[in-house]
Amino acid sequence: MTAIGKPISRVDGNEKVTGKAKYAAEFNVPDLTYGYVVSSAIAKGKITNIDASDALSLDGVLKVFTYKNRPKLAWFDISYKDQDAPPGSPFRPLQDETIKYSGQPIALVVAETFEVARYAASLVRIEYKEDTHETDLEANLHRAREPKSGIASLLKPPPPKPRGDFETAYQDASAKTNGRYVHAAEHHNPMELFASTVVYETDSKKKPKLTIYDKTQGVTNSILYVSQVFNIPFKNLRVVSPYMGGGFGAGLRPQYQLFMATMAALELKRSVRVTLTRQQMFTFGHRPATVQNVALGALPDGTMNALYHDAYGETSQFEDYTEVVVNWGGMLYPPENVTMDYKLVPLDVYSPLDMRAPGGVTGMAALEVAMDELAYELGMDPLELRLKNYSDLDNNEKRPYSSKELRECFRQGAERFGWSKRSFEPRSMKKDHNLIGWGMATGIWDSNMLGARAEAALLVNGKLWVSSATAEIGTGTYTIMTQIAADTLGMPIEDVLFKLGDTDFPIAPISGGSWTAATVGSAVQAVCEEVGKSLLKLAKKMPGSPFKSAKWEDIEFVDKHLRLKKDPSAAVSLMTLVNLNGGKAVRETSGVFADVMKQKNFTRSAHAAAFVEVMVDEELGTVKVTRAVSAIAGGRILNPKTARSQILGGMVWGISKALHEESALDHTFGRFMNHSLAEYHVSVNADIHDLDVIFVEEHDDVVNKLGVKGLGEIGIVGMPAAVANAIFHATGKRVRDLPITLDKLL
Amino acid sequence: MNSFTYTQADAVDTAVDERASDLTAKFIAGGTNLIDLMKENVERPTRLIDITRLPMATISETLEGGLRLGALVTNADTAYDERIIQRYPLLSQTILAGASPQLRNMATDGGNLMQRTRCYYFYDLATPCNKREPGSGCSALNGFNRIHAILGTRTQGSDGQLAEPNCIATHPSDMCVALAALEAVVRVTGKNGERSIPFAEFHKLPGDTPHIDNTLESDEIITAIDLPAKGFPDNFMYLKLRDRASYAFALVSVAAALELENGNITDARIALGGVAHKPWRKPEAEALLVGKPATKENFQAAAEALLAGAQGYGHNTFKIELAKRAIVRALGQAAKLEPTA
Ligand SMILES: Cc1cc2nc3c(=O)[nH]c(=O)nc-3n(C[C@H](O)[C@H](O)[C@H](O)COP(=O)(O)OP(=O)(O)OC[C@H]3O[C@@H](n4cnc5c(N)ncnc54)[C@H](O)[C@@H]3O)c2cc1C
Ligand code: SF4
Repeated sequence: MTAIGKPISRVDGNEKVTGKAKYAAEFNVPDLTYGYVVSSAIAKGKITNIDASDALSLDGVLKVFTYKNRPKLAWFDISYKDQDAPPGSPFRPLQDETIKYSGQPIALVVAETFEVARYAASLVRIEYKEDTHETDLEANLHRAREPKSGIASLLKPPPPKPRGDFETAYQDASAKTNGRYVHAAEHHNPMELFASTVVYETDSKKKPKLTIYDKTQGVTNSILYVSQVFNIPFKNLRVVSPYMGGGFGAGLRPQYQLFMATMAALELKRSVRVTLTRQQMFTFGHRPATVQNVALGALPDGTMNALYHDAYGETSQFEDYTEVVVNWGGMLYPPENVTMDYKLVPLDVYSPLDMRAPGGVTGMAALEVAMDELAYELGMDPLELRLKNYSDLDNNEKRPYSSKELRECFRQGAERFGWSKRSFEPRSMKKDHNLIGWGMATGIWDSNMLGARAEAALLVNGKLWVSSATAEIGTGTYTIMTQIAADTLGMPIEDVLFKLGDTDFPIAPISGGSWTAATVGSAVQAVCEEVGKSLLKLAKKMPGSPFKSAKWEDIEFVDKHLRLKKDPSAAVSLMTLVNLNGGKAVRETSGVFADVMKQKNFTRSAHAAAFVEVMVDEELGTVKVTRAVSAIAGGRILNPKTARSQILGGMVWGISKALHEESALDHTFGRFMNHSLAEYHVSVNADIHDLDVIFVEEHDDVVNKLGVKGLGEIGIVGMPAAVANAIFHATGKRVRDLPITLDKLL
Repeated sequence: MNSFTYTQADAVDTAVDERASDLTAKFIAGGTNLIDLMKENVERPTRLIDITRLPMATISETLEGGLRLGALVTNADTAYDERIIQRYPLLSQTILAGASPQLRNMATDGGNLMQRTRCYYFYDLATPCNKREPGSGCSALNGFNRIHAILGTRTQGSDGQLAEPNCIATHPSDMCVALAALEAVVRVTGKNGERSIPFAEFHKLPGDTPHIDNTLESDEIITAIDLPAKGFPDNFMYLKLRDRASYAFALVSVAAALELENGNITDARIALGGVAHKPWRKPEAEALLVGKPATKENFQAAAEALLAGAQGYGHNTFKIELAKRAIVRALGQAAKLEPTA
């Protein structure tokens, strides 16, 4: 291996920093028109009148689409279900006069220029009949119910059945904690606004033929949706998305601008672009607000004997969005008496949507604070408590992990951080006005692999061209796929071109859940091996070939040559081989699936240990995270540079979630009010100080052949609890609600 | 955003004439606030009068020994001006606590005084707001009012009773907090010629006219801001408390300036930001300090006096206690009793 494992800079870096990389709203075509969405001002009720006459009278306005004049669309719910649709009845833009949530798209103004469309949109007058809405999670807990299950439950299993007798064990426990944890809703807020540019053409039969540049984490998801909703055959559709200005889960479902732009293009027979505004970025999926209760019990020596964890998540009135919030404690810790419960509270909001480590960071931000509380009840070092209750089994499934180097994460993380010098007592470290605190927490996240296909072609010029319809959501997919392909065929990365984000390429799943490296990486490896096998066949046909009796296992690809492992002098260059192919490239397409038989006896997870130092100005309540160390057990690290970036991003977001992020919902209006980047606070540079990442060595041949676990999410999971625990250590104040803003510490 | 015409003014008089002849017109300077508000349809001027070419972009000495900031000097150029740093370090520190470098490069000193509140409801046409649409109601009063005012919100009705507030918005500027403490003077020109407005009288409380932020007449333009000679260069502090370390408006801020002689206070200025519809000062509170030693107890007494009558509205009630602590801290730092880090 020459490329894998090296800190190679992004192969797309140059395109990005020079502005050559194009995003969905940057593909220009002649005669493009522009759509601007009008959003609902109320959270629930009916539209009684829409008056678009002023808008229509403006020069350059082509049409105002509303529920009244929209085209006939697919009838059944199933057509609107995308690959990430939770159970329920998906939201349909412009369906009828019903308003289901504040900010709902209710009209689309299309004009010759963006400016005219935007101005015209401000002239559309809408009258409503309002109904009373419910948006307050805490006030509606009594309406909580079991979630409906669907295919989504395959990747998001419901909590396991209770085991043992929690009540009795908890009563008998000599140390116990019991707390309620409330987390605010959050919005993904990628920098790039959601946009779709739909290029309209017709085929030889005058049927519409669309090329759609979409902001999405999966072009296959978008094409499926458009095909079903608008009844267009796949052959007349192409969805392209080479770059994405951040996804974080926001692009796992087609957003409504895709519907709007496609509908308008088909009706007007023109190319249309619809870009959402920053305010409208707060009008679809978000990380749901949650209320959780955690109770833990332990014996005097710290052995946990009782664990209770429940969660109430917000969902919409039309879909049951679920996430795995409570299962983690049962996986990580070994108590015999465990009860876990997860319920949904339907509210008049849009369906929540997966956001970086959905459920995982939510549940662990409560559970790992509770663990810290238990440690203090016991008078035990928080890290020691984790070690005392360390388990090599997933106690929900009673099966081992395919690999779990968490102990090593604790050891290396603690050493780098200097944890052994920590004084147990809260409020024991001070500097000037500031109290200093050290906290830690565990992180865990699933290591899944799905199925995907890829194509590879060794061209006659000796270059390797590889493609798959996956996405680059900013994680470094272009780079690691290039590395995998290069190593599989013994080529330098400069000779490999990897392409993605186009439905003309072989199918790949939506990019999320930290499964892309494992899934698409395996597909790329497999298809390059197919090419390698074809090259071996060609090699055998050479006159006097030394490879005549060679099997696949007997050969290797090194330095642009195919050679015998036993006799490296028996080598032939790939260039020579491809030229034996009758002037054609050596091209293969193939797919991979996870090896279910091999995997079924194991739980597959990535683990992390997060250590955090905070400085708290006690009088003023301000918190500064002065340093943090994350030690990660994430399988094989394909590229330490892009890998580190993923973990850093997760750590920053973890700090941001702990201290800043909150989508403020006004319940009088049922509306998110801080819908701008000035008022929705994410951590800025000045909030982030010393961050350190350690990758712990971990070998795993169960997760996939490459041994990779995916790193997109594990970096955030432990951070919020580690920050909250450090704040407790600094101040002696236990804050269970996130974000921990300064007023909570006064 | 609506359509508008755009003109460039080449002299102060013509700018004033243009505005006087069309009250739906607006001056535009750096545009960092106005354009945002236009995009949200909160401001809908029919005409923009670009004033950036007017000759008011320099900092000069005044006859009284102070400095005159032309209304078009950028926030960045003001903060980094050597004379400001030497003589009015409080002002420099305050400006640099606001916005971001990019914004400060565009934002002008005149525009900073005129910037409008950041109240979420003011920005969102879907919600009622007395400031945007007088008489429609104040959504913040019973809403998400974390960033809202705790002082000067209630007015005395004709019956002598305190009435429900019409608006609990704050003035969001940092710079203005220092200008209030320094007792700057705002120089304006209108149809009737020039006049000077003491800083304390420039911004107003919401009262019954929450849609009006200040006392600038509709035909007037700000030409300059005069800083008096006294700049408190030795004992000063701007303390800004906010929801993240940078690029956020103040929840509470304090501009503190002291004059000390042998540990005794001979002059004191305290202005608060983020707590009222205007930078908040109370001469009685400052007077409590004069002639007294710089001690935490005395600062505490001043803080109590400054916050007298403060009222919280739920989400923002924490500001009352926070402001008191911030005052004590800032005064302590200004007096060099406490470290500034
Ligand atoms: C994201 C963001 C964050 C910010 N953070 C902060 C912060 O932390 N602290 C802070 O203090 N500020 C902050 N600001 C506000 C910024 O300081 C103001 O927007 C800026 O000072 C306004 O100046 P301008 O020249 O751009 O004004 P413009 O936007 O051009 O004008 C604003 C208003 O002033 C009027 N006007 C301008 N010049 C004159 C004049 N000479 N005479 C009469 N009227 C005039 C205009 O008609 C308009 O109504 C922030 C702004 C943004 C967008
Ligand atoms: S506080 Fe003022 S600006 Fe905000 S909603 Fe009320 S009236 Fe409008």
